[in-house]
Amino acid sequence: MDALRGILTRIVTTAITLFGVAVIVFAVIRIAPGDPIAMMLPPGASDEDIARLRALYGLDKSIVEQFFIWLGNVLHGDFGTSISIRQNVLGIVLGRLPATLELSFLALIIASTIGVGLAYLATRYRETAAEGTVDVINGIALSVPDFLWGLALILTFGVAWPIFEISGRVSPTLDLPFTSNFYLLESLVRFRFDITLNLLSHMIMPAIALALPLAAVISQLLKSSLKETMNQDYVMLARTKGFPESRVIARDAMRNAILPTMTLTGVQLTFLIGGTVIIERLFSYEGLGNLAIDAVINRDLPLIQGIVLLFAVLFVAINLIVDLLYTLLNPRLRHG
Amino acid sequence: MMADAFLDIADLSIVLRSDRAHRLLRSVDLHVNPGEVRGLVGESGAGKSMIGKTIFDILPRAVEAVEGAVTLGGTDLLALSSNARRREIAAAAALIPQDPLTALNPVRRIEGQITDRLTAILGFSKKAARDRALTLLEEVHINDPERVLRSYPHQLSGGMRQRVLIAAAFAAEPKLIVADEPTTALDVTVQKQILRLIAEMQAHHGTALLFVTHDLGVVAKICQNVTVLFGGKVVEDTDVKGLFAHPAHPYTAALINATPRYDRPDQSLLPVPADVIEATRAEIAKADAEWLSQRGQTLKAAS
Repeated sequence: MDALRGILTRIVTTAITLFGVAVIVFAVIRIAPGDPIAMMLPPGASDEDIARLRALYGLDKSIVEQFFIWLGNVLHGDFGTSISIRQNVLGIVLGRLPATLELSFLALIIASTIGVGLAYLATRYRETAAEGTVDVINGIALSVPDFLWGLALILTFGVAWPIFEISGRVSPTLDLPFTSNFYLLESLVRFRFDITLNLLSHMIMPAIALALPLAAVISQLLKSSLKETMNQDYVMLARTKGFPESRVIARDAMRNAILPTMTLTGVQLTFLIGGTVIIERLFSYEGLGNLAIDAVINRDLPLIQGIVLLFAVLFVAINLIVDLLYTLLNPRLRHG
Repeated sequence: MMADAFLDIADLSIVLRSDRAHRLLRSVDLHVNPGEVRGLVGESGAGKSMIGKTIFDILPRAVEAVEGAVTLGGTDLLALSSNARRREIAAAAALIPQDPLTALNPVRRIEGQITDRLTAILGFSKKAARDRALTLLEEVHINDPERVLRSYPHQLSGGMRQRVLIAAAFAAEPKLIVADEPTTALDVTVQKQILRLIAEMQAHHGTALLFVTHDLGVVAKICQNVTVLFGGKVVEDTDVKGLFAHPAHPYTAALINATPRYDRPDQSLLPVPADVIEATRAEIAKADAEWLSQRGQTLKAAS
């Protein structure tokens, strides 16, 4: 009964959140200066032509009226037609989503690995120079924004020592036998590791740029959480059982310390996904973020709305997944 | 130094790292023979728990053992590296901690917390370790050991958790068990049961037991010998009968006098007289001054 109420509450709050996002986006991009119709027509277009096109896209009606027409269509699964690309918005957006999801997921894996690794080292060698070094690394990773990391990586591993690809998602010369846009996933499933390597060579630098600030956050949170956990009685008792310190940290302290870190990592992950907008642009990576910038430049209202709404759905989904994981990893919540 | 003692602490001094002239344990001697039950008595802050922590290498970082030896089954623990020392104690000694509510890991099942040292250090198979855990849980009078093994700590009561911790302490058949005020955190009604259980397990397994407590009544019930600490210094080391019949140190005598007696409920509670405490403190100060004058130079050189 409680579980059911929890799920219902969740659905209602999600709906309200998405509605709020829709209202704000719709209002802001229409109040902001710039006219999509003016950008579609050549400079010498007549007033009649402009008015005809405006009516075609429904832009001659009031904002409130436009909103409810759009909302009604969205509820039927119709997100409208992109003004600049002249295709179905939902199709374009879903086509680009896998690229961004794969990039974000790779960044999350890198960030977690670095973050957990650094926190472990700082705990294992606490009160030594190693702990101070980790603090310095965290400070640097956190104070430099992701796009500057991106530039630094391009200059280092793209220009000075050209090890990685600096542009695109995959080499255009490659023949892709894929049925979906989850290239990385499909290349792994189909054992086409040559393509996997090519994809990773493109993704690794943007993923690291996105991951570094998050890695620092995870490391810092987990480190202070571990510091508290290491003083708990059950950690003391594990030491008296004869286990080496490394195992005491990994088996007895880590799982307890990771719980509070995880909830905050979820929040930080939404920042990471926000960061894909600029990073994808920087690396000409064909994902949602890159598409979003094109849409804004072209004043492509239906497309902007579609992208922002999809980002909102992503953020809600991340929070949901974090909550589920927390319940799953915490036996006190699992067996009430 | 006694040759046949299983645990032999000799001349152990522990100091603050920040002030190495400040001793927390003052040249402590303590022996526990195989199968012996020894009480370690003292008031809060007397250094009782610190002795246990020194054996298990879980001293807080702020303090340090500067001299003396802790010999367990013939091995000098203080001479070993931290990890080697932990391996050494894994099979030889175990701790029954003070607070069962915080001493079990909340995210791990009970089974692993009883069997982990068996499988990870002592080479038991998973099945053998599990069987051993079931036997131990029956020995500590847990009715449904199968369910308890599957449980998480929050699903058990405080008394149940202390039983689990006692079972875990006996898991590797250690030669020595240190019980660090194992009943203090428990409900009064459960205290007696747990105390009886520890005595019963000790007798059954023939393990040596170092029972840390501030309760002389408990000492009278289960211990053969007793060491009394005051301010980190041993003031009395005797057998239990001798302790109550003719205490050698005035502090011990006052402490026995201060113990409330159920058979004389009309008697008001007596504190340890201030002049006894003053005299004992003066004795300690004198010993400290001597110790410092002998080692003052080396201490300064070290810090």
